[in-house]
Amino acid sequence: MKVINQIAAVTALNVRNLPQRLGGSLVAIVGVAAVVLVFAAVLSMAAGFERTMVSAGSEDTAIVMRAGATAELNSGLGNDDVQIVRNAPGVLRDGDEPVVSPELYVVVDIVKKSTGDDANVPLRGVGSGAFDVRSGVEIVAGRMFEEGRNELIVGRAAQQEFAGLDVGGEIRFGQTTWNVVGVFAANGSVSESELWTDVRVLQTMYRRGNSVQSVRVRLESPGALETLGTALAEDPRIEVDVRSERDYYASQAAPLSQFIRIVGYPLTVLMAIGAVFGALNSMYASVSVRGKEIATLRALGFGPLPVLVSTIVESTLLALVGGLAGGALAYVAFNGFRVSTLNGASFSQVVFDFAVTPELLSQGLVAALIIGLVGGFFPALRAARLPVAQALREL
Amino acid sequence: MTEILAKLEHVSRVYQKGREKVDVLHELDLEIEKGDFLALMGPSGSGKTTLLNLLGGLDRPTGGTVTVGGQELSAMSNSQLSGWRSTHVGFIFQFYNLLPVLTAQKNVELPLLLTNMSGKERSRRAGIALEIVGLADRANHKPRELSGGQEQRVAIARAIVSDPELLLCDEPTGDLDRQTADEILKLLQTLNREHGKTIIMVTHDAQAAEYAQRTLHMDKGKLEARAAA
Amino acid sequence: MKYLGLVWRNAWRKKARTSLTMLSVMVAFLLFALLNAIAFAFRSGQDVADAERLVVIHKISLINPLPISYEARIAATPGVAEVTHASWFGGYYQEPRNQFAQFPVDARAYFEMYPELDIEPGQLESWADNRIGAVVGPEQFGWTIGDRIPILSTIWPQTDGERTWEFELAGIFSTSDQRGSTAYMLFNYDYFEEARAFGKGTVGWYILRVAPGANPVEVAQAIDEQFANSPNETETSTEAAFAASFAKQFGNIALIVQLILGAVFFTLLLVAGNTMSQSVRERIPELAVLKTVGFSDGSVLGIVLSESILIIALGGLLGLGLGWLAVQGAASSMGAMLPGIYLSGPAILTAIAIIIGAGILAGIFPALKAMRLSIVDALARG
Ligand SMILES: Nc1ncnc2c1ncn2[C@@H]1O[C@H](COP(=O)(O)OP(=O)(O)OP(=O)(O)O)[C@@H](O)[C@H]1O
Ligand SMILES: [Mg+2]
Repeated sequence: MKVINQIAAVTALNVRNLPQRLGGSLVAIVGVAAVVLVFAAVLSMAAGFERTMVSAGSEDTAIVMRAGATAELNSGLGNDDVQIVRNAPGVLRDGDEPVVSPELYVVVDIVKKSTGDDANVPLRGVGSGAFDVRSGVEIVAGRMFEEGRNELIVGRAAQQEFAGLDVGGEIRFGQTTWNVVGVFAANGSVSESELWTDVRVLQTMYRRGNSVQSVRVRLESPGALETLGTALAEDPRIEVDVRSERDYYASQAAPLSQFIRIVGYPLTVLMAIGAVFGALNSMYASVSVRGKEIATLRALGFGPLPVLVSTIVESTLLALVGGLAGGALAYVAFNGFRVSTLNGASFSQVVFDFAVTPELLSQGLVAALIIGLVGGFFPALRAARLPVAQALREL
Repeated sequence: MTEILAKLEHVSRVYQKGREKVDVLHELDLEIEKGDFLALMGPSGSGKTTLLNLLGGLDRPTGGTVTVGGQELSAMSNSQLSGWRSTHVGFIFQFYNLLPVLTAQKNVELPLLLTNMSGKERSRRAGIALEIVGLADRANHKPRELSGGQEQRVAIARAIVSDPELLLCDEPTGDLDRQTADEILKLLQTLNREHGKTIIMVTHDAQAAEYAQRTLHMDKGKLEARAAA
Repeated sequence: MKYLGLVWRNAWRKKARTSLTMLSVMVAFLLFALLNAIAFAFRSGQDVADAERLVVIHKISLINPLPISYEARIAATPGVAEVTHASWFGGYYQEPRNQFAQFPVDARAYFEMYPELDIEPGQLESWADNRIGAVVGPEQFGWTIGDRIPILSTIWPQTDGERTWEFELAGIFSTSDQRGSTAYMLFNYDYFEEARAFGKGTVGWYILRVAPGANPVEVAQAIDEQFANSPNETETSTEAAFAASFAKQFGNIALIVQLILGAVFFTLLLVAGNTMSQSVRERIPELAVLKTVGFSDGSVLGIVLSESILIIALGGLLGLGLGWLAVQGAASSMGAMLPGIYLSGPAILTAIAIIIGAGILAGIFPALKAMRLSIVDALARG
């Protein structure tokens, strides 16, 4: 109890005269702020990208592709395959009609507004079931394309990111001119990075006959995935892989988000080490400035523990201030910041927003706390072990 | 009837400066009676501060024993020493060593934080101590707003607030003018005579030493008693 | 320079402070080296591109194939010295995470097109003559010549539906340009063309070399005009422009790196600047003594500035050295995951410029303070 009182008293004293050491302390604060800022900013790319990808995937939608294909772009299915999938068990039916969407996925070059350079934008040919196999997709401007015509509807994000996609406008890919007739939203998911048209029109345009690249299937229930998978695996006429849409998009997101993490975490650790050096430096300076005060307190009978604790509290406090500042800055500057990048897994652009999530902010604060503790510990030891008689001489 | 408060037996203090040894105190013996007011004089570097630090438990002898109030300091651990200091000795320094962020009142209360006293009790006692040194009206001033003499009074109040038997003063008037110094010395004298404090005071000032009951001279780590003038 | 001893001893008067400052500087430059090396990888080989080489792709997108019949027509275009082709195979070795690049090519023509690729002539011949032969860059999965290598293609099944293609390693190539990546496999187009289930008669893209004296821009225009209004229009660009447009698709990696390094170096300046101002504040009386004995204002300024530059240079060079080692290590151990990571000459020069700039910036205000010091005041304070 007495010790706690002492600790509280010395710590309060120390905190009270912190403003006098602000110059040096500020350096430590900025150092920690920079770590948390960079950490949150870099990792918010991974978080935002993943959120965009994963929110597109639903558990009760399955995606059927040719066996071995890792992405729709690599897949190919004939009309026979599509018919087999339509009639397979586990597929949700609306009356007699199975809820499926055979889709063709190609990539077209469109100019990215921010850079003025060509980018691989996904152009998807969809069946009439496209809106039924996906939930939350809706036309927010213009109208739906008409079947059999060279009409496009464009994702909201794609429209903002890429040039020439205004409703009512025309855009040319190769020999074909398309009319942009509508804009659709899809809960901010990856679908919003795409352009959609009638699958039959796209098949003709690309001379693909009746073939598609994937069939999206609404399942009777999430459990029906296995029913469908087993049925198709046992069917000798067809060689396909069946996965839930969520699983598919998670695997599409993995390489890029893992890459960002593989770079981001070591980057943070390195920066944190640098910040620890900075914190150590300013805490050693703080201890040496406080030498006289510490020696006086020790002469009055205060023990070494309160001195130790007060120093650690000081550095932790500085680090927390830095961490909060860095986190706040990251949130203000980057949260919701919209970019698009080439997702290697699908070889096409994905538009996403940076997401400075609460998890990232709390991880950043934990990092700040660790920097503060480590940066304060050794100077605190020095303060506690300060030879009192000698320190009093150096006044 | 006379009781020994502090006792040094064969005390040595050697500093190791690189390879060189500095033999500051050598086999020193000294007894200080309760109620004594001792002035310690001597040339710079003769070991006065070292002796004071040993008596106050701020430093440890390299040989011999230091006993204060029946307790052998060299046998105590560092944290025991801290606790002991808070109730048994009061320090008064040449440069006061007040904490600039605290008011006079709070500075004086500081040693009481080491006890289980309530806040109210602490402030009452600090008030009394300030009254004794004649600074009750300056309780809420910060050190920067006080004169040197006033600052030293606050420091004295801080030294006596937890009612220690022993006051250790290292050149308490070294930084003050003659008149202010005399006031401080009178205060110390009062504390000695009326409050029964045992005081050991290092000084370079022969006039200051006159306030003491006796004066010891120190030279090259040896003590010799000379009759006070 | 004769003051170097003095500067050196001053720098180390507080060993802990100087070491800690140096260590922060070291970390900053280590980060500089690593991030620049990664950013270099994202430049997709723009720096090794050959100005005489053009790349012909489908106008709609790189993923659309071009007919093989175009090869002869491109070759016949005036100003074209030689032409060859490549395609994207999209395979992996054993597990999906072992994904790396494979290209079916015309063996001899491809190596003629890329003289910077080195291979023993005997290996090139034995590869070209072996239907299922393949060559790879060094250290790819530890394969040795003669190994049978199964590669599973995510795009191309064989006519019998088999998705695993069997290859036999016939040679190992390297590149004379250290900046270029060699983390890929080349195999015979004939094998690919015969065995694939669909897409026959097409290639992914063409690479051509412009004849000496011909204007690459005009040659590119001539080719694109030739195929205009056909079902397969082309887009021809220089290798560098092609690499750049590809690199830009990732987004502005260089900008991200610059922003991160900006935050790092800003902090670094504060740390070093704080150290210098503490150091000067502590030794105001000493500096005054220096001036009293006759050091000019200029030399005092120089002494303080040199100290600042010294600390940053020591830490910076240490960090760069560590970074270089790390990049070297990463390039050989994870070349497949991150091909083309390289610490370029310009990056090193930039780092050295930053060292000098930061050294001056961190030291200038304390140095000016030291220079303007009034001897009388300073001694009075001491
Ligand atoms: N930490 C130390 N290391 C080495 N020598 C020391 C140390 N502390 C004190 N000394 C030496 O011990 C001797 C006595 O010092 P001390 O401070 O006790 O003298 P003093 O009598 O109080 O002098 P002054 O009148 O100047 O205050 C001096 O010679 C001093 O140099
Ligand atoms: Mg002394």
